[in-house]
Amino acid sequence: MVYSLAASTLTVAAPIGCDTSPAEGADRSTPDAGARSGVVVTGTDDEMLVLEVTAANRVVVRLPRVEVGQGVTTAVAMMIAEELDARLTDVDIPLADARTKGSQYTGGSSSVSSLYGPARALAATARARLVTAAARRWRLPARTLRTRDTMVVAPDGRTATYGSLTATAALVTRPAVSSRPKPASRHKVIGRPTTRIDARDLVTGKARYAGDLRVPGAKPTVVARPPTLGGKIRTLDDRAARAMPGVRAVVRVAGGVAVVADTFHHAFQARDALRITWAPGPLAALSDAVIRSRLRAAVPPLGAAPGGSTQVTGEFEFAFVSHAPMEVLTTVADVRADRAELWFSTQTPMDARDSIASAVGLPASKVKVHVMRGGGSFGRRLNYDFALEAALVSKAARRPVKLMWSRADDLRHGQMRAATHHRVRASHAGGRVVSFVHSTASVSESYEGLAAAGGATSLAARPGRVREAGPLPSDSGLYNFGRLGGDSGGVELAAIPLGAWRSVDSGTTRTVEEIMVDEIARSLGKDPVAFRRTVLRGKAVRAVLDKAASAGSWGRTLPAGHGQGVAVHEEYGSCVACLIEIDATDPKNPRVTRAVMAADVGTAVNPRGLEAQLMGTTIDGISTILRAGLHIDRGAVREGSFADFRYARQRHAPLHFEAHIMPSKGEPGGAGELGVPAAAGAVANAYARATGTRPRRFPLTF
Amino acid sequence: MPRYTFVLNGEPVTVEAPADMPLLWVLRDLLHVTGPKYGCGVGVCRACTSHLDGAEIQPCVVPVADCADRTVTTIEGLADGDTLHPVQQAWLDQDVAQCGFCQPGQIMAAVALLQRTSEPTDADIDGIENVCRCGTYCRIREAIKQAAADKSRSAGIGG
Repeated sequence: MVYSLAASTLTVAAPIGCDTSPAEGADRSTPDAGARSGVVVTGTDDEMLVLEVTAANRVVVRLPRVEVGQGVTTAVAMMIAEELDARLTDVDIPLADARTKGSQYTGGSSSVSSLYGPARALAATARARLVTAAARRWRLPARTLRTRDTMVVAPDGRTATYGSLTATAALVTRPAVSSRPKPASRHKVIGRPTTRIDARDLVTGKARYAGDLRVPGAKPTVVARPPTLGGKIRTLDDRAARAMPGVRAVVRVAGGVAVVADTFHHAFQARDALRITWAPGPLAALSDAVIRSRLRAAVPPLGAAPGGSTQVTGEFEFAFVSHAPMEVLTTVADVRADRAELWFSTQTPMDARDSIASAVGLPASKVKVHVMRGGGSFGRRLNYDFALEAALVSKAARRPVKLMWSRADDLRHGQMRAATHHRVRASHAGGRVVSFVHSTASVSESYEGLAAAGGATSLAARPGRVREAGPLPSDSGLYNFGRLGGDSGGVELAAIPLGAWRSVDSGTTRTVEEIMVDEIARSLGKDPVAFRRTVLRGKAVRAVLDKAASAGSWGRTLPAGHGQGVAVHEEYGSCVACLIEIDATDPKNPRVTRAVMAADVGTAVNPRGLEAQLMGTTIDGISTILRAGLHIDRGAVREGSFADFRYARQRHAPLHFEAHIMPSKGEPGGAGELGVPAAAGAVANAYARATGTRPRRFPLTF
Repeated sequence: MPRYTFVLNGEPVTVEAPADMPLLWVLRDLLHVTGPKYGCGVGVCRACTSHLDGAEIQPCVVPVADCADRTVTTIEGLADGDTLHPVQQAWLDQDVAQCGFCQPGQIMAAVALLQRTSEPTDADIDGIENVCRCGTYCRIREAIKQAAADKSRSAGIGG
């Protein structure tokens, strides 16, 4: 179902999740969205993906998703250009402001799969109307007309740009040619490796992030935060800070003391001049060793092993990990008595707007949230704690602010991927795995901690928080391992800010399982690739494994101290295999030298963008397995910059990377998070084979 | 308040600022040149990387007083009008950027590297400390190699 909106230019709208595609293109976050076929369109773009052709020959689609580097704007522009026969350079994909209805959630690697049907239907409808308008103008049968390069072409060679036809096309009610999307066999844009539509802005410094905005009066603002997680102000003397040049306001907030100044230099200097004594936070007695032992104790029992079987067991630990997007959390907030306007990058703008409205005491209809491009996210921008803080500071200071977290704020005050402990037991008998049990314990944030951090709104502000229990990914039965089992437990800690990190639970649980698969193979005297081929259930995942193994020359001879490792993963309707080569001649300073990935994501809308996502997840795997984590020392995060939060740099990245994308005409699956568990598992397995060790605690060099 | 004059992207500019104010905030908050990004403020992540008299600096740790009467180049000053610098062009051709936030600094670091050595080795490229949290490193390596090859080719053609 596609609607025409009353407008003087051609403007068509498709409900997101509409059933125009044979696929289950439904947005997974609103499973009932497809049912609204009888909705009356009033001209609002709520719930809709709206396409407008302007008189200036621009094709504009306001996207209800956020661009944080994953390339969603390029993928959607390609879908539109494909069905409209428009030049990609004529398509604009601005990010939609927070809406009042519908789905505006970016997460779960769902953007492409949820937009693939609606975006193509929308553009195909617009094309049919533009062709019909040209046919009327030229008094030619519509079926004789062709479209290319954002224009309609007549058999005699005459052309009309879409911009010149848009006013007439807006009046077309019954298109004279088909409004249906092309069959995949005629795709010229979808499936073609394409450079990002914003690449030029990104290499020239023109791209704007929240901190780059010039909103009148919005002054640089930073917050003095406690040394410990959840620490509270005991005494505050802000006289010296207030007397400093360029300081406009000093405001107490839940997280500390905010300083508003003329520049960030003045703001940081005044922050450092605040005299604050802090009461330690609720975790002040706690360090890593205790957290680890409590996690170990919280892992639910595995139960009895099947009689007569041989056991392969492993216990694994993962440290906390920061999201640490390159763009630190930044919000421009202008909260007035009767309205508010904010600019920040968010994966959940509708929830953010509602929470902010309630926190500052305004109706949601009076709060405008402009969604900005984000400098990375990795799940961090599911949460809008930082925007809520900026709104409260703006309200208290009675002026617009540009509030920026420092890098130390970002690392020391969250959020982070929860630390976890895993206990796994595989049982084999007669050469076959008959049972596979994986139990975990994860740190979770207690409700008391959330309430202490700022009341009920704080709970609402943490949609990405780690769930406490639920089915493990192993329940999906990727492998034919007989009886599957396991349970999850939790250690509740107050005031520990947690958040979903790219690939969420799979980043740890599936990684552990891929390490165990290697250890089972070893116990059975089998090669890791050959063993996986015999026990993987799915044809597609076996195919990506075969592809990675052959492209990566699995089993080739390597120098002593070097090793290969493989791992696979299946999620979001997609699957992936990763082959890693590592140089661990210095086991304390290993280098991944080569990474080969193979992925089947159904139709890969932009193979170049997909390759970028696989590359990024490879670096995530290298970082989380070998190098990057957070220590907790007496209730405080030790790391404060990229000097000690040791995310991979160029010298840790593979010298050779290749990604193979399996040809497919299937519906697009998800890809943004897909590679993390496969890359992490393959790095661990390569390290194990290179060093003859059994990696158990991650990151390995910490 | 002291005044400092320097050449910024080809144009002389004068600012009133405390002597210890980092160049990064002079650029961003006083001159509204926002290509150089804040990512740590301590010269570690290098998202702000720019050039002072043609050499690589991290403006977050360089006081404005050190820039007086010198030449500052940011990402905004790299292209020649609409013609991209060969390193920017290589970045575009390799589609390096993901979120893009670190890329102005990555590009300025690569330009500085290519000025130091026209044919950088893998070890030279490994020496770049700039963090990319999206993990675009493999494409950065390819783009630097492409820019080096393009440069030597055009040098060859030019005699």
